[in-house]
Amino acid sequence: MIPYAFQYARAKSVADAEALLKKSPEAKLLAGGQTLIATMKMRLANPTELVDIAGLKELSFIRAGGDAVAIGAATKHHEVADSADVKRAIPALAGLAQKIGDPAVRHMGTLGGSLANNDPAADYPAAVLGLGASIKTNKRSIAADDFFTGMFSTALQDGEIITEVSFPVPERAAYQKFPNPASRYAMVGVFVAKTKSGVRVAVTGAAPCVFRMPEMEAALARKFAPESVAGIKVDESGMNSDIHGSAEYRAHLVTVMAKRAVADAAK
Amino acid sequence: MAVVKMTVNGKPVSLETEDRTLLVYFLREQLRLTGTHIGCDTSQCGACVVHVNGKAVKSCTMFAVQAEGANVTTIEGLAKDGKLHPVQEAFRDNHGLQCGFCTPGMIMTAVDMIRRKPKLDRDTIRHELEGNICRCTGYHNIVSAIEDASKRMAGGAA
Repeated sequence: MIPYAFQYARAKSVADAEALLKKSPEAKLLAGGQTLIATMKMRLANPTELVDIAGLKELSFIRAGGDAVAIGAATKHHEVADSADVKRAIPALAGLAQKIGDPAVRHMGTLGGSLANNDPAADYPAAVLGLGASIKTNKRSIAADDFFTGMFSTALQDGEIITEVSFPVPERAAYQKFPNPASRYAMVGVFVAKTKSGVRVAVTGAAPCVFRMPEMEAALARKFAPESVAGIKVDESGMNSDIHGSAEYRAHLVTVMAKRAVADAAK
Repeated sequence: MAVVKMTVNGKPVSLETEDRTLLVYFLREQLRLTGTHIGCDTSQCGACVVHVNGKAVKSCTMFAVQAEGANVTTIEGLAKDGKLHPVQEAFRDNHGLQCGFCTPGMIMTAVDMIRRKPKLDRDTIRHELEGNICRCTGYHNIVSAIEDASKRMAGGAA
């Protein structure tokens, strides 16, 4: 498959990328390309220009502090999965990165790319929303609760570039994913975190966009144990339904995965 | 159109190509290195796996221009001085292929996996092969071949 023609430019810095984006309104950033290129090959995306930011050193870092782990937007999935700092501070985050796609995809795909794309079944949005991370861009900082606005859509404006994501270190956290056996995308993935400010439960794969489960959060705040969520029936209206699973099936999986995630986090 | 420069299997390459040319087409059609296969063309099957700067990637999901300045290794670059790479040897000895279509990608993935994880058990090998599909379903011997290769290479055969 061959995409529509476009012009390629390799950005020398974030400022350079910003200038290149400003020049052409139909330009798109190329981070890892593991979703964008596939979409372009299907001719579902037709950018006139690709601005490659994958190699920018200023966007590729992992800085672990006491309260948070900051990860550069161009940091690749395998770097997060293998990072001793991430494994120590937020093992659930390293584990999540390890479950994205396959080894070759993890060598290319980036944190910022995954978030900007906001695929309904992507893994990283669950961690970002589940941990209450903040997304830094070249313009501002956006709270996870305000970032994901719908299927493949985010709060990012034209010309806005994710530079870094800051993940607060939780007391406990876990991610449990029921992967589609062929694509490894999440049929349903649930990220559970017990933080200083409360319990957060984020669900990916089940609906058009990652979402929180307030009922589960309240139940887990009272008692952080699998049985707290076991009886919670999830409403199937608004859930995804496709050849891989019905809305009813996905709704059921949310409770199952939540239970497993809590059991894992409580260990 | 732009001239793209990279090193492929140790040799410098400089060729004019369209920005939209995928790395796999650049390798197969412009460099005539047809060992790298196109299976699904949707990043799932792994027949197109090559190494870019030492890391396994799916060459159907990367543009050739992205590899500008990079060091690319394909299946054709593994054997040295007429001697097969230990992973290639192990695939032959363990009958790690049936029709052979997925084999180049399997071997490139295996070399990368052994580099990253010198100690491999069968379970880990199966997980690491998540991005490679063998439609003959000949996984059993592929896993055996990789296990064997990993032992041989740990023994200093490579």
